[in-house]
Amino acid sequence: MKNNKEPGMTLIVKTITRLTVGLILLYGIYIVLHGHISPGGGFAGGVIIALSFVHLMLAFGREVALKKLSQAAASILESLGAIMFLSIAVLGFLGGYFFLNFFLNKGRPFSLFSAGIIPLCNIAISLKVGAGLFAIFVVLILFKGLGEEE
Amino acid sequence: MSVYFLCLILFCIGLYCVLRKRNIIKIIIGLGIIEYAVNLFFVLIGYRAGGRAPILAKDQVVLNMVDPIPQALVLTAIVIGLATTALMVAIAIRIYEKFGTFDITKIRKLRG
Amino acid sequence: MNHNLLPLYVIIPLGAAFLISLFGKISKRICDCLANLATFFLLGLSLLAAVYKPLTGILVYKVGGWIPPIGICLVLDGLTSFMLVTVNLVSFLVTIYSISYMEKYTDKWKFYTLFMLMLAGMNGIIITGDLFNLFVFLEIASIASYALVAFGTEREELEASFKYAVMGSVASSFILLGIALLYSYTSTLNMADISRALDIKGISPIISFIAVLFLAGFGLKAALVPFHAWLPDAHPSAPAPISAMLSGIFIKTLGVYALCRIFFNILGISQNILFIFIILGIISQIVGAILAIAQNDIKRMFAYSSISQIGYIIFALGIGTPLAILGGLFHLFNHAIFKALLFLNSGAIEYSTGSRNLKSLGGLNSRLPVTASTSLIGSMSIAGIPPLNGFWSKLIIIIAAIQAGYFGFALIAILVSIVTLAYYLKFMGFTFFGKLDTALLRIKEVPLSMRLSMLILAIICVLGGLLLIPQFRPFLESAANVLLSGKGYAGIVFGAVK
Repeated sequence: MKNNKEPGMTLIVKTITRLTVGLILLYGIYIVLHGHISPGGGFAGGVIIALSFVHLMLAFGREVALKKLSQAAASILESLGAIMFLSIAVLGFLGGYFFLNFFLNKGRPFSLFSAGIIPLCNIAISLKVGAGLFAIFVVLILFKGLGEEE
Repeated sequence: MSVYFLCLILFCIGLYCVLRKRNIIKIIIGLGIIEYAVNLFFVLIGYRAGGRAPILAKDQVVLNMVDPIPQALVLTAIVIGLATTALMVAIAIRIYEKFGTFDITKIRKLRG
Repeated sequence: MNHNLLPLYVIIPLGAAFLISLFGKISKRICDCLANLATFFLLGLSLLAAVYKPLTGILVYKVGGWIPPIGICLVLDGLTSFMLVTVNLVSFLVTIYSISYMEKYTDKWKFYTLFMLMLAGMNGIIITGDLFNLFVFLEIASIASYALVAFGTEREELEASFKYAVMGSVASSFILLGIALLYSYTSTLNMADISRALDIKGISPIISFIAVLFLAGFGLKAALVPFHAWLPDAHPSAPAPISAMLSGIFIKTLGVYALCRIFFNILGISQNILFIFIILGIISQIVGAILAIAQNDIKRMFAYSSISQIGYIIFALGIGTPLAILGGLFHLFNHAIFKALLFLNSGAIEYSTGSRNLKSLGGLNSRLPVTASTSLIGSMSIAGIPPLNGFWSKLIIIIAAIQAGYFGFALIAILVSIVTLAYYLKFMGFTFFGKLDTALLRIKEVPLSMRLSMLILAIICVLGGLLLIPQFRPFLESAANVLLSGKGYAGIVFGAVK
């Protein structure tokens, strides 16, 4: 009965969400940046970043999550991630081959700034995957809202 | 060998689900089971006896690693499966709006 | 023709897709300009590849500088340049057509984004030399096409798209299972290297299982007969330019080209596989032709006709003699041209009159002159009337069948050709000749961009027979030679890697 008046879930869920959402986002960024050292990488990190926004949406309702990251902004971020990936690949042409490692070529193993273009590609993929998954979720919730109002 | 047979049995369970269930959501779940079975089979092919995860660790000497190529390929295949599932769920929601039901025996407007 | 130009076939449509999704919401003119520029450049590049192909016959590009088999390589040989010209020519004309046609739908930028993604997937399939890369591009093109079939979100389109998506996903799972088993047997993913490893290791029963899996998976994408059930629902429900792309080049790239590459060049053909191709081809011809006569919906009739003509191509490839393979590939090119023309015509009829049912149309000859004349040329080509291009390719296929000794199958092919003529005459008679219905008296001819693309396709239909004269014949012969060299593909590719 209490859930009909305000959107989202109960008070306990909202309090825990306030505490943990930032940590989840930070953990996702950590997995993206260390993609060449430990398991993870662009896709897994992007999913976790998207999950932090989805967590916000589940606990507080659609409007709060859309204020943090609107649908238009998610769409633009997604395209930007894709264009960044494609331009990193095309810039490899400068060295002579598509997708060449043109940046920080000989890194030391186990250090954060090594392995050429792989961290940049990871960041681009995480932007695209995170924004894309969030946009999919927002649109599917939109359908549910339409179905209930009829 | 028995591991591979179990993967194929999982594939057949998913195929049965796609063929015989009448609810659209159950068909989508069946497709998910098929994709899981194929991905699992692919990863299991890369196993080498006595191997460990193909990650260089800082202070340890690793002698025997499993094959890393199937793991990279399966990561790509999982992403593709996610995209297909998302698209089919969106189509299923639209079908519910237009037809009013999830039952595929009633969604048969195209025939001939 | 530098080998550095090879990645451009994938970069240009992908870049266009992402740019359209970013800037396309601003105005419709930007989407149109970007998409048409992209397909125009692709057409120019593919004609360049066809004309200036080096005399050694092959170009290999190492992605990222990694030497194959460690890295992915892109290969341009005779078959690749032939398919590239087919795909990019039809897609250029279809994008011109959809400038006017897609005004009726909302959100043109979504359409163009998905269209460019599908084109990037198809170009990627044709040009890649690595088996898992083929699978990834196959999935990109397939998912884009599932979304494009459901584009109008009417009831029929959603049902057709769902059926198509489920069957396509199961087929892709079969293909992935086949790739997994092949990797476990040869432990490499490069196509040339797999071919060499199979030569060294020999044939074992698992290769037959892999061959059946690939036949099932790619056969569903190519709409061969046991696996054709998605096509009569999916192709009519899509918007007309997408139907032209799907029927014209999609089922050929994902289905026939992939089957050829895997069976002729990688796994190695044997008499059993060729015989299976012949049987599947004959059954597809008969089933497609018989079911097409009974249709009243224009696009559904064309969809069944596609199944029948793909049967011709697979039958020709199954015969296996050099003349038959030449005829099969020529028929592939011709069918892309005239099936795209016919689907664009049906879209023009639908744009003008709002209906696709044969019973409610009639006598449109006087009101839609361009549409009527181009669909007359298209119908006569596909039925095999001389001197249009369909006649030459069907003649070569039937002569090759008789030369190889398959007299019964050649007779069936001739009978199916007569049945094809019958239902196309039915289409022309019901739609364009006869009495004009009073409700249709005030319809106008279709806009300029639609007329332009239909006219260009009709001109190519008329001039298509010229591809057999000795100046232009290397275009087809180099493609046929790649398939005939079979396992020699591996040696050629490794010889060209610098």
